Amino acid sequence: MTFVAAIGRTFLLFLSATGRFALFTGQAVSHCVRPPLYLRLLVRQMVDIGYYSLPVVGLTTLFAGMVLALQSYTGFARFNAEGAVATVVILSITRELGPVLAGLMVAGRVGAAMAAELGTMRVTEQIDALTTLSTNPFKYLITPRLLAATLMLPCLVLVGDVIGVFGGYLVGVYRLGFNPANYIQQSWDFLEYMDVVSGLVKAAVFGFVIALMGCYHGFNSERGAAGVGKATTNAVVSASILILIFNYLLTGLFFAD
Amino acid sequence: MLTDAKIRLAGVHKSFGPKQVLRGVDLEIRRAESLVVIGGSGTGKSVLIKNILGLMQPDSGTIHIDGQDTTHARGSARAAVMDKCGMLFQGGALFDSLPVWENVAFGLIQGKRMNRAQAREIALEKLGQVGLPPEVGALLPAELSGGMQKRVGLARAIATQPEIIFFDEPTTGLDPIMADVINNLIIKCVRQIGASALTITHDMASVRKIADRVAMLHEGKIIWCGSVRELDASGNAHVDQFIHGRAEGPIQMQVRS
Repeated sequence: MTFVAAIGRTFLLFLSATGRFALFTGQAVSHCVRPPLYLRLLVRQMVDIGYYSLPVVGLTTLFAGMVLALQSYTGFARFNAEGAVATVVILSITRELGPVLAGLMVAGRVGAAMAAELGTMRVTEQIDALTTLSTNPFKYLITPRLLAATLMLPCLVLVGDVIGVFGGYLVGVYRLGFNPANYIQQSWDFLEYMDVVSGLVKAAVFGFVIALMGCYHGFNSERGAAGVGKATTNAVVSASILILIFNYLLTGLFFAD
Repeated sequence: MLTDAKIRLAGVHKSFGPKQVLRGVDLEIRRAESLVVIGGSGTGKSVLIKNILGLMQPDSGTIHIDGQDTTHARGSARAAVMDKCGMLFQGGALFDSLPVWENVAFGLIQGKRMNRAQAREIALEKLGQVGLPPEVGALLPAELSGGMQKRVGLARAIATQPEIIFFDEPTTGLDPIMADVINNLIIKCVRQIGASALTITHDMASVRKIADRVAMLHEGKIIWCGSVRELDASGNAHVDQFIHGRAEGPIQMQVRS
């Protein structure tokens, strides 16, 4: 009986957590489409998420492109298909590695920072203070972060795509001895509009997920340093897992026949 | 029923899971009076203020402000209530990312949509009222001492000329001299703007200095309420034990040996 009760209790807790999260998401989205919008805060978040994440995203995609060129060359050499390296690099980067790696890196950098900042604001009563100062915390704290992350991730991924493909080019031309013009020609020949667009749509979804997880866990942080630490961990872990799940779902949506 | 009640609570209950914090609070705060609620740690004093401000929703009972039922007020109705209120939080709850002047001016800029230059002028004037020079306005809250943070919190609470001001343990964590300075400032500021004040504290020096009336909260109920002059002759054993800080008496602390 105790065992059954424990299962029931866990299930009810799960339902209540799901309900809380759904309400939070609904409220956050509804504030994104209703005025007023704090433009100053939105710009600040866009700079923080977009500009300051450039080095980490750039480095990640650069080395991803370089490794990809190296790995696919050694693998394809077994089938005498070394010529496909440039195509594999550009398709892999634009469709998968660019958005996923950028998403995961930004989840670590920005998602954690959002959860820690909002969590600290929660435990030091700064969020309550906002309410007492006639300011809606959703509008002031959540909306700018959600919009900025959703808008900036595609920009980051676009830059990351270029850097990643450039990384593949560097390895292809200077280490594997490809002809530069041929490499570029092969990259362009097989690239389709949809390859890039699907990556950018994925990036926008990942940006939304990262900000939502960071804000949700931070906003509902428990008391004390341990509470903020837990919120930060939960934000990064849940955002990372959701990025991989949404990546599968969106890939299926875009490319499954 | 008195007609000059600024805030009236009737039968307010609030529980967190199985823990009943407020068990039917009946309380009235009159216009331009300073009411202090005393009670031990964990008796629900902060929960009481948060219920009045709408930061928490009571499970049952009613809360009236200026004769209007605000128990479950939301949206514009809640915003109208908040416009009447100012709050000094226990830890200050100053916004870390904003300079001191912007903290003080926050309610004017965000709540009342005042332009920044005008709001800054008022903020510096309010800082002057709490004894802080204009140079402090440019500092960040982290650069201030605890006493200065309380003063900035007080300046923020009075900046919008609220009709009701809440003080959550205003002297906790301060040395006796700074505590007295804060008490004097509270009296001066509240009288200057003619506001009603609700303070929660367990600092008896503060109670005797700032209260017109005192109410004692114990086990989720107001067990005594009277003027500060009647405090020493309350005839209530709980109040007597509390104001003299005696370990022996009807209030039993849970201490494991």
